[in-house]
Amino acid sequence: MAATNVTPTRMELTRLKRKLATTRRGHKLLKDKRDELMRQFMDLVRENMALRKKVEAGLEAANKNFVLAKSTMSDEAVNVAFMTPKQEVSLEAGTKNIMSVDIPVFEYKTRTSDANDIYSYGLAFTSSDLDDAVKSLADLLPDMLKLAEVEKACQLMAAEIEKTRRRVNALEHVLIPETEANIKYISSKLDENERSTQIRLMKVKDMLLEEAHHYEEKAKSHG
Amino acid sequence: MYKIAVMGDYDSIYGFAAIGLTTFPVSDAAEAAKTLHQIADSGYIVIYVTEELAAQIRKDIDQYRDKVLPSIILIPGVKGDTGDGVRMVKASVEQAVGSDILFGDNK
Repeated sequence: MAATNVTPTRMELTRLKRKLATTRRGHKLLKDKRDELMRQFMDLVRENMALRKKVEAGLEAANKNFVLAKSTMSDEAVNVAFMTPKQEVSLEAGTKNIMSVDIPVFEYKTRTSDANDIYSYGLAFTSSDLDDAVKSLADLLPDMLKLAEVEKACQLMAAEIEKTRRRVNALEHVLIPETEANIKYISSKLDENERSTQIRLMKVKDMLLEEAHHYEEKAKSHG
Repeated sequence: MYKIAVMGDYDSIYGFAAIGLTTFPVSDAAEAAKTLHQIADSGYIVIYVTEELAAQIRKDIDQYRDKVLPSIILIPGVKGDTGDGVRMVKASVEQAVGSDILFGDNK
């Protein structure tokens, strides 16, 4: 497999040796990166799961409250109650860098300074169940935003880990063995060349000596 | 200044309007996909989508998976939890590790 397109020269050998050293170094660095990413990802994804369970449970409870509230009020009354929301949530988004992965950080602001100022309706025509429902949802908002942050971070880190893992594997199982095989091929080829030169020189020396001293003829006449 | 959107069927999401999120009630998949792209481009960086709706526009949601923003989060709708949200988290683990080694046993 190796040596299909390498020229067995000393220059190429030096180049390959240098390349192998760089590859090994890159491999080690990427492996460290992968391990650290993985460690952070594990923590993050556990937090993600816990938050998700919490938010889902909270939303389910809130939904129940809403259904309950709706059952005692007419559809129109509910529609009217939510027609003009008083509160508005706006977000500031920044990014945080974890091991070269940019993850979003959200900071939320409410329009009115009082976080409890959430009831967009008068209390006369709505049931108290609706108040509870809205309140339960409002209490859940910080967790929901945290979830948005953490879950996105998990997705981004998962993608990065996958990429890094592929790179590590490519280096470990393809590039490094290939370079090693090429180096081996070149050095054996060079050794081979050296041996054949040696032999040729010995042969030439024998022939030259033979021509100068005529050993064989002498041996014949003596014998 | 960014905003938060909630998408889904009206019954599941109307309450979010009260706490200051923008609601986008949609019913069918084509409309949902269109709305999703529209609001993703117009300053909504957190978009909550009900699991039920998300299942119909999975492809469109996956387009945003590798981007830093927006963050699209599945939430259970009024008809109950389909488990898709949890499955998304597991998918992340699977993508990163190769197999689900963390939560594989509890479901």
